[in-house]
Amino acid sequence: MTDATATQTPPRRGGLLELDARTRRRNAAEARFRLYGLIAVGIGMLALVLLLISVLSSGLGAFQQTSLRLDVTLTEKALDKTGSRDPEVMKKVTTITYGKLLEQALAKTIEDKGIVIDGLSKTDIKDMISKDAAARVRDRVLAHPDLIGETVPFTVLANGRIDGYLKGRVTMDSAQRDSNVSPNQLLLADALRADGTLYKAFNWAFITAPDASELRPEAAGLGVAILGSAYMMIVVLCLSLPLGVATSIYLEEFAPKNRITDLIEVNISNLAAVPSIVFGILGLAIFINFAGLPQSAPIVGGLVLTLMTLPTIIISTRAALKAVPPSIRDAALGIGASKMQSIFHHVLPLAMPGILTGTIIGLAQALGETAPLLLIGMVAFVREYPDAPPEGFFDPASALPVQVYNWTQRADPAFVERASGAIIVLLVFLLAMNAVAILLRRRFERRW
Amino acid sequence: MKSAKFAVSVIALAAAAGVAEARDQIQIAGSSTVLPYATIVAEAFGENFDFPTPVVEGGGSGAGRKKLCEGVGENTIDIANSSSRIKQSDIDTCKANGVDEIMEVRIGYDGIVFASDVNGAEFAFTPADWYNALAAKVMVDGALVDNPNKSWSDVNAALPAQAIQAYIPGTKHGTREVFDVKVLEAGCEATGAAEAMKAAGDEKAEGCLALRTDGASVDIDGDYTETLARLDANKTAIGVFGLSFYENNTDKLRVATMDGIVPSTDSIATGEYPVSRPLFFYVKKAHIGVIPGLKEYVEFFVSDEMAGPDGPLAAYGLVSDPELAATQAMIANETPMAPLN
Repeated sequence: MTDATATQTPPRRGGLLELDARTRRRNAAEARFRLYGLIAVGIGMLALVLLLISVLSSGLGAFQQTSLRLDVTLTEKALDKTGSRDPEVMKKVTTITYGKLLEQALAKTIEDKGIVIDGLSKTDIKDMISKDAAARVRDRVLAHPDLIGETVPFTVLANGRIDGYLKGRVTMDSAQRDSNVSPNQLLLADALRADGTLYKAFNWAFITAPDASELRPEAAGLGVAILGSAYMMIVVLCLSLPLGVATSIYLEEFAPKNRITDLIEVNISNLAAVPSIVFGILGLAIFINFAGLPQSAPIVGGLVLTLMTLPTIIISTRAALKAVPPSIRDAALGIGASKMQSIFHHVLPLAMPGILTGTIIGLAQALGETAPLLLIGMVAFVREYPDAPPEGFFDPASALPVQVYNWTQRADPAFVERASGAIIVLLVFLLAMNAVAILLRRRFERRW
Repeated sequence: MKSAKFAVSVIALAAAAGVAEARDQIQIAGSSTVLPYATIVAEAFGENFDFPTPVVEGGGSGAGRKKLCEGVGENTIDIANSSSRIKQSDIDTCKANGVDEIMEVRIGYDGIVFASDVNGAEFAFTPADWYNALAAKVMVDGALVDNPNKSWSDVNAALPAQAIQAYIPGTKHGTREVFDVKVLEAGCEATGAAEAMKAAGDEKAEGCLALRTDGASVDIDGDYTETLARLDANKTAIGVFGLSFYENNTDKLRVATMDGIVPSTDSIATGEYPVSRPLFFYVKKAHIGVIPGLKEYVEFFVSDEMAGPDGPLAAYGLVSDPELAATQAMIANETPMAPLN
């Protein structure tokens, strides 16, 4: 026996611990392959890090905003000539008048503090204050007419260029060439900052305030966009989860295997691969032109994104249902449960983590989608907050990714910072959703 | 088809459940050049009036006019912003869809400027320089030949010896139309190329608008922000911008003169600076009195307070219309526009 095997296998040259040329070559190939893999991972990581650095470095500034503390004298002569305190009469006074009061207040502050800057003009002083400030003061006065005649402390936004100076975007050098800000204003900003009138603080308005026009980038916020995105996600969730789960259960558990169901299956997979802009065109044709739903409304956005999310949810739900072992179904049926009972009492609960993960991933995808929204009028300048649902679903609104797109097109350089800030907010939402998906999977997943 | 429509309507109605209220905010769409002005007015309108802030959408002049002409009713827009005048084809579409009366409102003028990186060389252009730099065929020694010019000094000895690289707006932009007419066609005439083309059988001298394709001229289909980014990457290139965009980025751009005139709101208002165009918006008259605040918005837009020479629109870069009073009277009387001539 031993002799026979010895003759069959050629004797190995060299010892076991000594590598022959071929083994060395194979080992080297493996080492190279590992290196390629590492390089690929490295490039991926590098791209991610660069992306994050570029977004964070230009966007974190949006979470800080420069404000001014001003004591504004609300003179009766300017704001309510008749003295009647009748809101209808007081509404006739426009923001221009309020703007003048703010200008006087700042001029007085400068005088009181003894700040002297050569060649500081009236326009220089006026342009220190954001154009948004007058509207805020007006709103407050109209809400509390008894403030008229008093000197009231207000916190108002500083102009976007002054804000840029505090953040290092605007320098003395660039101010020389910039027609929207003068070096004198920057000197004034330094002086006001030294005594605390001008200061930088966390910018809640960036999260809550509506969009603003190009004249006041400092006042622009994401409030309407966040609400719009939230409304759309509610619509998507309420429509795509029941539809998707019902479709999957039917196709997976009840449907006979024939040509028609095969055709449906192939089409669902195809739908998942359809470019999202196509759904936008469909939405415009069906929901707006045909069914007469309003433009720019979250309901239309939600419906379009539902169409887009459905295939994702169906595919992941079917995979989750398939992963439940047949023994569970057989056991349920074996002790006399009906098919529906076996599905709802046993299969569905076990498939739930997979379904939820798929749904959340689908929603996250829908949240970041811009292309279909371009076509249904969501890329608009919207300043009014939508009402509470369900009426609010029909009010015009914006959406987070659309707001990013919108801001990158604006001429004022301050919007670059805003756009990156909006990307950070969007990324935080996406990360949170993915984290929830992972948590759910970890918590409820069962292995057999 | 009918049952499909019924099914969709049922879904829509079920979703709408009890939300049958009328639209209470104005909807505007159209030109991205007019967009910033419209947002500034919309914002101030929402602040100072009891009406909600209008919703303003971009999308381009042509798209805006098409949307305006879709019909009458709450699901159609009220105002189309446009950086070029409405076309007869638009008016015909409007008529066919029941939009009979449109009001044409000219809000002011916009200049188109040529600018390079702020640290670059000074340029003083004429339309002929641009034609000779960018056209496919130019006149050399009395004959039409393929454009041989490599640097600006080849075009005009007075210009810097810097390679020709221009970023011009793509054909979907209203700005391109003005560039074509006021710069290329003017240059084509001035250099005599138009005449040579006509002599060669091109009766309308359409060859004037044919640009060289060797990369010296690049169409930018995005916004001015993209052109600015390209200039940042290529410091010796020249870009084409709207006046308001330039005014907001004077710290990054150096503007060139045209025919010796520096572009500014003043030189455009007087008509000295040649490359400018009027900006419009078109109002669907049938919606006045139906959509709350529509007339007030239009009146507010062209009021001296907003569109006048000292108003916020002029501060942003709009050249105020000297005939603003006539426009205001037209709106007060709700006069629809006369047929195009």
